[in-house]
Amino acid sequence: MKITVCIKSAVDTEAVVALDGQGALDSDRASYIIDPYSEFAVEKAIQLKESGAADEVSVLCIGDEASMPAMRHALAMGADAAYRVDDPLLAGSDSSALAQTLAAALRSIDCDFIMGGCKSADTANAQLMGRVSVILDMPHIGVATGVDLENGRAMVRREIDDGVELLDVALPAVVTAQQGLAEPRYPKVPDIMRSKKKPVTVWTLADIGVNVDMVGEHAAKTVTHAFKLKPERVGGRIMEGEPADAVRDTVAALYNEAKVM
Amino acid sequence: MYQLTEEESMIVDMVDRLCRDVISERAAQIDEDDKFPHDIFDLLKEQGIFAVSFDEAYGGFDTSIHCWVRIIERVARESPAVALMILINAVGTDPVVSFGTEEQKRTILTRLTAGEAKACFALTEPNAGSDISSIRTTAKKIDGGYCLNGSKIFITNGAVGDYFSVFAQVDDGIDRKPTCFIVSKDTPGLVIGRKEEKMGLRGSVTSQLFFENMVVPETSIIGEVGQGFEVAHHTLNRGRLAVAALAEGVARASLDYAANYALERVQFGRHLSEMQAIRHMIADMEVGVEAGTLLLDQAASDYQDNSKNLMKHASAAKLYCSELAVRNSEAAVQIFGGYGVCKDYPVERFYRDAKFFTIVEGTSQVQRTLVAKAVLKEHALES
Amino acid sequence: MSIWVFAELKDGAYRRVAYEMVSKARSLADERGCDVGVVVFGRAIEDPRQQLGAYGADQVLVVDDAALETYMPDAYASACVELIRAQHPEIVLFATSSIGSDLAPIVAERLDTGLVTDAVAVESVEGQLVCTRQPYSGKVLQDVVFAEQAIPHLVTVRPKTLELAIPDENRSACVLVQSVAGFGDVRQNIRDVVRKVSERAELAEADYVVAGGRGLKGPDGFKLLEGLADQLGAAIGASRPAVDDGWIDIQYQVGQTGKTVAPQLYIACGISGSIQHMAGMSASKCIVAINNDPDADIFRVADYGIVADLFDAVPLMTEEFARIKNA
Repeated sequence: MKITVCIKSAVDTEAVVALDGQGALDSDRASYIIDPYSEFAVEKAIQLKESGAADEVSVLCIGDEASMPAMRHALAMGADAAYRVDDPLLAGSDSSALAQTLAAALRSIDCDFIMGGCKSADTANAQLMGRVSVILDMPHIGVATGVDLENGRAMVRREIDDGVELLDVALPAVVTAQQGLAEPRYPKVPDIMRSKKKPVTVWTLADIGVNVDMVGEHAAKTVTHAFKLKPERVGGRIMEGEPADAVRDTVAALYNEAKVM
Repeated sequence: MYQLTEEESMIVDMVDRLCRDVISERAAQIDEDDKFPHDIFDLLKEQGIFAVSFDEAYGGFDTSIHCWVRIIERVARESPAVALMILINAVGTDPVVSFGTEEQKRTILTRLTAGEAKACFALTEPNAGSDISSIRTTAKKIDGGYCLNGSKIFITNGAVGDYFSVFAQVDDGIDRKPTCFIVSKDTPGLVIGRKEEKMGLRGSVTSQLFFENMVVPETSIIGEVGQGFEVAHHTLNRGRLAVAALAEGVARASLDYAANYALERVQFGRHLSEMQAIRHMIADMEVGVEAGTLLLDQAASDYQDNSKNLMKHASAAKLYCSELAVRNSEAAVQIFGGYGVCKDYPVERFYRDAKFFTIVEGTSQVQRTLVAKAVLKEHALES
Repeated sequence: MSIWVFAELKDGAYRRVAYEMVSKARSLADERGCDVGVVVFGRAIEDPRQQLGAYGADQVLVVDDAALETYMPDAYASACVELIRAQHPEIVLFATSSIGSDLAPIVAERLDTGLVTDAVAVESVEGQLVCTRQPYSGKVLQDVVFAEQAIPHLVTVRPKTLELAIPDENRSACVLVQSVAGFGDVRQNIRDVVRKVSERAELAEADYVVAGGRGLKGPDGFKLLEGLADQLGAAIGASRPAVDDGWIDIQYQVGQTGKTVAPQLYIACGISGSIQHMAGMSASKCIVAINNDPDADIFRVADYGIVADLFDAVPLMTEEFARIKNA
């Protein structure tokens, strides 16, 4: 039983997020970490290996050298091998192009079960793995808070709006992780040292047979038009009038202005 | 400055996460309880942190002293008492590492790297602090070993230690020969005295030790009879490097807290951070932290290369960083004002912890003497 | 040409977000001169129209089939894709709900089109659809547009961000029952569904917090706050003086020596706003302060400040929230 986890090297959103002169994310000032949702999936996959439900765990990432720390982190957690697709032609790709790329890479990796994050903490598009499942013609179960592998099926506990759903599906399948699936371990020093020897394979688009017409800016189906930092909180607004009026105006503002209701 | 290898960066990142997620939550309670935090010790052990400074042959890793120093500094920003745990396991057995036999290393170091044992460095006595040559613990040669009598004071990990590097005077009839012995905790005659009630570094248990006709075998000698002070001095270089790192961590944490507070607190209609007096204090704290970082890096490189400047640079780093910690923590308390002396905020703890660093591992006065000697010797050779 | 909304029924009624989406679809449709269709899936759907017409829908396209009784990704996706391929809507809106978020990417990929997720604003700018979303933990506002060839434009919309239109009771939508050729191979097998029992939220996780301080004058003050908290499904919090005086347990304390919270809404009642307290709640998305001291520090960080006696203001606020909820 081989599990491949699609991971993302994402911007650490707890750190300062800054925009450069052109209104794009200032990647020099950003610090990159393994996306937390990817990390939940990696942890679960490793736990499945440790319990004997799987034999091998590999991780797959799209990214340049800057994504190596995230991949090494996954290897240090206990993944056996890492794959990276790195190609300048990918620049400006949207989710559908990235999904084509991941799917092509997954076809080149011998795996029975595919996992990933239900979304990423930075861009939070939450559509990549669903698209991958369609391209690979596999069933998809998202937002999982529990996963077991039994007799060639994945038994999944999934979070829904007002509760929890228990489902199962035959493998191969794509399942994505939600917070609560597994608490990621801190890699131990011996595992960190060992991770250096684990194989990392780097592919270009040509290596995995991705048609260049499907990726990049020209192929993008959605395009970012503008990026702005959200304005800082400015306090100090006192609601005028008698208590009843001030209260009513405040409540109305919470619905219509602040939109927190 | 030394650039950490990829693996070393990953190790330091992992320690950083542990600090943020676990150690920071426990730091105030550890200080309050003043008990050895076994849960934190076990966590560090699980993660393999005790093995970081040791040789691969004994269960350690191929990582540099710089990596170890950065770990200690990072942990010290949350809790120097916890950072001291990491320090003492290495420093307490440094005699074995540097002067021990293969047999001693194999038996003892593998247990240390696995976090299966805790170490102590038993040199200081009630009448011998700075003046280590005045130690009075005696080691009388008997059949098959030595019989030790005497006492030690201010021993970190005393109450929880498994291995003690004990320094005693062997009287061979001609003169007294200072010698280092490695003693295990269940040796009959080894008595652990009371725990010191300390102003700071609470959670690090400091005890007195008594040796009452304590018999140790011949094989417990580290190095040779008479080599004791050489062994002690070698360990002190390592210890000074580590205490400098501890102090740097406290100095840095003091700066971080003070700067953040200054950006929030408003008085006289302005943030403290807009006031010149505060700005100057922050600037001084920052420059000190940067200078301390560089001195620490230099000393660690000397240790790595076994440079002849090691003693001077280790002393310089320890001297500077420890006094910096005292200055910075005092400035932080001052900036916090009334809140600074209340336990709601950690700066009062930094202030209480910092004072130890100018005293332990050789007082600032001793460090100045050592640095002066080294400098004057260099000049004497030149002229 | 039409703009579609994928509406979900919960216990036989449309979720509020469906009406929000229909309202927006209506204004987009008016600009483009086209219709608004609402797609509804289910089984034995009793009243498919409800208020959809009043909020601007022209047609309600119903697929009523046993296969669609509960949400199954394969079945819903197949039905959705088939309808879209047959009728060519230009834009389809889904809610960012567990169904919408799961369904939309699959539909998008099967139709080889673009999808913008979790939009907080959807506007037509010079004839082009511009969706705004908030990535990077909400720190950034991102405007996204679709490539021309990406038809239909698919969007998942965050609930409570689009405005509800003023309903026109004279407007009604007509129901068009749809039949779908096949639901495809349904591969997922649902074994059980466990609904959550609603209880008061945990302080650390809560979206809404109602907190009290010295101004409550005693433990009974918290009973007043509980009324407001119950109305909002909020957690209760407290400042340190209230805890130190024994009015409430320390587990409710918010501040430097208590919990740090970052809810959507933090209502501070009778709290002066000491720096210690602010350390625990300043990351809240929106802060409302109620205090009878106009100089209280809390007003400096509050988005909305009410200078009044909390014993008047809190019950008034509870009533006002109740009134809106029942409207």
